[in-house]
Amino acid sequence: MSGPGLLVFVTMLLAPLALTAILSLNVFNGMEGIQSVYSLKNYLEIFSDSYYLEIFGRTALMSAIVTVLCVVLGVPETLIISRMRGRWRGVFLLIILAPLLISVVVRTLGWSILMGNNGLINKGLMLFNIIDEPLRLAFTMTGVTIAMVHVMVPFMVISVWASLQKLDPQVENAGLSLGASQRTVFRRVVLPQLLPGILSGSIIVFALSASAFATPALLGGRRLKVVATAAYDEFLNTLNWPLGAAIAVVLLVANIIIIVGCNRWIERRFKAVFEG
Amino acid sequence: MQKNSPLALVYHALFITFILAPLAVVVAVAFTDKGFISFPTDGLSLRWFRAILDATEIMSAFWFSAKLGLAAASIAIALAVPAALAITRYRFAGREVLMAFFMSPLMIPHVVLGAAFLRFFNIAGLSGSFFWLMFTHVICIMPYALRMVLSAATGMNREIEHAGLSLGASRSTVFLRITVPMLMAGIAGGWMLSFIQSFDELTMTVFVATPGTMTLPVAMYNHIAQTIDPLVTSVSTVLIVGTLVLMVILDKLVGLEKVLIGKG
Repeated sequence: MSGPGLLVFVTMLLAPLALTAILSLNVFNGMEGIQSVYSLKNYLEIFSDSYYLEIFGRTALMSAIVTVLCVVLGVPETLIISRMRGRWRGVFLLIILAPLLISVVVRTLGWSILMGNNGLINKGLMLFNIIDEPLRLAFTMTGVTIAMVHVMVPFMVISVWASLQKLDPQVENAGLSLGASQRTVFRRVVLPQLLPGILSGSIIVFALSASAFATPALLGGRRLKVVATAAYDEFLNTLNWPLGAAIAVVLLVANIIIIVGCNRWIERRFKAVFEG
Repeated sequence: MQKNSPLALVYHALFITFILAPLAVVVAVAFTDKGFISFPTDGLSLRWFRAILDATEIMSAFWFSAKLGLAAASIAIALAVPAALAITRYRFAGREVLMAFFMSPLMIPHVVLGAAFLRFFNIAGLSGSFFWLMFTHVICIMPYALRMVLSAATGMNREIEHAGLSLGASRSTVFLRITVPMLMAGIAGGWMLSFIQSFDELTMTVFVATPGTMTLPVAMYNHIAQTIDPLVTSVSTVLIVGTLVLMVILDKLVGLEKVLIGKG
């Protein structure tokens, strides 16, 4: 019964991915285009040229910062919402999650209006004399990071919320009635139970940030290239498809290693905790 | 249950402001009467909403995206229903693998999918075709469609189907008159979620869109990459409102929490 779906997936997913993997091994020549000679030259270029290493490094650093910020900002907010009363809880959860369904282009547009030299952020900060000169936010790492956190933080909230639902409030009350302070109960009882949710949220946020395209492309511009925009440029600007394909393959493999590897690690780690 | 401290509520207010600010500013700027982005603006006008109707590129991209989303979501659901029934009802070798295969587009960065489809279309000579672009969207949205149908199929009471069969109904009658209606909430919810995902898809489509197969997000991306004018903010406002309407319907159908948080 899943035959038709399987057929579509094999022709439209496996075949294109296989073709891309083959393409990444083709040699490219600026004059004659794609050659039917195969080598690992493109991969060697990515792993030895400081230009590409910088792009991969910048992407990893940015994703790591975005992930940390999503944890630091998203986890407390999820806890605050979970303590609210019924109706408010639903409303605010909706406000935070609704942007997930609104186009990333629209959300990024909002940030680029806010972040311009005459944007609301700079006007506001100057009005209250917090700064004298406009901050440069557009086309900077800071600006891209802020907008990325906005795009990614709902995923963290979802993940932490899901693990909060499994939490038994009686355990928290038991801790309190046995004389532990609020702080101790949070640190020793609540937080350890939320940790799997926080970690799996972090994996999702990191993986999505590392392959994000629209926000870095529109807010970072040409100078702040990340892996996704670099692959795009190789395919649609420089037209060096084999190199673009090699970048895509590296991104895909790194993504799968991070997702599968981290999930395995979390499962093992927390199995040990629960059994011990 | 603990109460939130005043400090927590201040933090909460800041967080909600952070979430809403970029959307609010887009909507606010769209009502300007100026020919450029100005905020706060002193004159209100609907001229930029009127201008959408005259922007032929935006309008044709909008209709193209709507058609693409309708077709891709329908095909994804048509593939997801039998697949979900097979996965929930039968134990067969490779069941887990099949499920992982259908869910795999969630794990593949859309840039990689875009590059792969571009190469595939290039070799097979398929670029510029609505039909084949539609299938690239089917791949991207299939995980969402399958997840929603699966969650409906998992909780389904099969006794009613057996009753239908034992009372002499044919298999196809049972499927159309009993199975499909019972899965309807999952099918409708999955269809809408898939439609939204297809309509919003940018990163993959930007690789394979041609002037003749231009979707709205790609057209807007190209526009914003050149210049930001009030036109893109009024189009964005329409999109925000449209998405909110669909969200209310989704909430009535299956409950938004299930759509956004439920793991099926």
